[in-house]
Amino acid sequence: MMDYIKAFIVGGIICVIGQLLMDHTKLTPARILVLFVTAGVILQGLGLYQKLVDIGGAGATVPLPGFGYALAKGAIKEVKEAGLIGAFTGGIKATSGGIAGAVFFGYIASVVFSPKTKK
Amino acid sequence: MKNVMNSKEYEKFIQSKMPKPKTLKNCIMAFIVGGLFSDLGQLITDVFKKNEFNADQTAAGTAIILVFLGALLTGVGIYDRLGKFAGAGSIVPITGFANSIVSPAMEFKREGFVFGVGARMFTVAGPVLIYGISTSIIIGIIHYLFF
Repeated sequence: MMDYIKAFIVGGIICVIGQLLMDHTKLTPARILVLFVTAGVILQGLGLYQKLVDIGGAGATVPLPGFGYALAKGAIKEVKEAGLIGAFTGGIKATSGGIAGAVFFGYIASVVFSPKTKK
Repeated sequence: MKNVMNSKEYEKFIQSKMPKPKTLKNCIMAFIVGGLFSDLGQLITDVFKKNEFNADQTAAGTAIILVFLGALLTGVGIYDRLGKFAGAGSIVPITGFANSIVSPAMEFKREGFVFGVGARMFTVAGPVLIYGISTSIIIGIIHYLFF
């Protein structure tokens, strides 16, 4: 149960940061997503994001910085095992499920469904 | 007619007329919805773990299910309705990444399956992948050289 409270709080706070950026800067949602992923990569590059994941679990991995975290973690791990090539293979390997799923399900949903009329 | 306001006064006037974002309410909604998506992710993670999937499989499986849900909810029109009051709470989780793929692709289907659906899927996802992957390669190279 404690895991779920921590996940809720950590995930919630990351989204609040996004909301504050939306409300108080001219950043569009697309730019915020790019910023968040890149921030996740850099924070994990410095070894910091892991600490947030240890506390928040899915609360840290479900928001987009968690995607960046997985990219960086995979790249660093693979560099240790395979050398320089690992920098190129590790990140996508670690996130391949999410990327492939997003492409596949995204495509199917886009083809099957049509936009609802906006009110 | 004489211009009664200089440009600075005019700007102030316009600012006062612009709707102010309801920051507190927006943040509370973002917190709750973002928290709920995180708990959903935690629940899926725990189910994978309980069924003795390893850490990598659990992470991948959770991401796959969440992007599936994000794509489906966008397709049936629920996600965009959620986005109206959840703001960043629906954009920042990985379900929002799936939403950013399906939403423009659906919209531009009439432009065809290659330049309509195929290209528009990556309106937002493309930049996210480009910057995310490129940065991770740089991080990997730095680790290769210095650690």
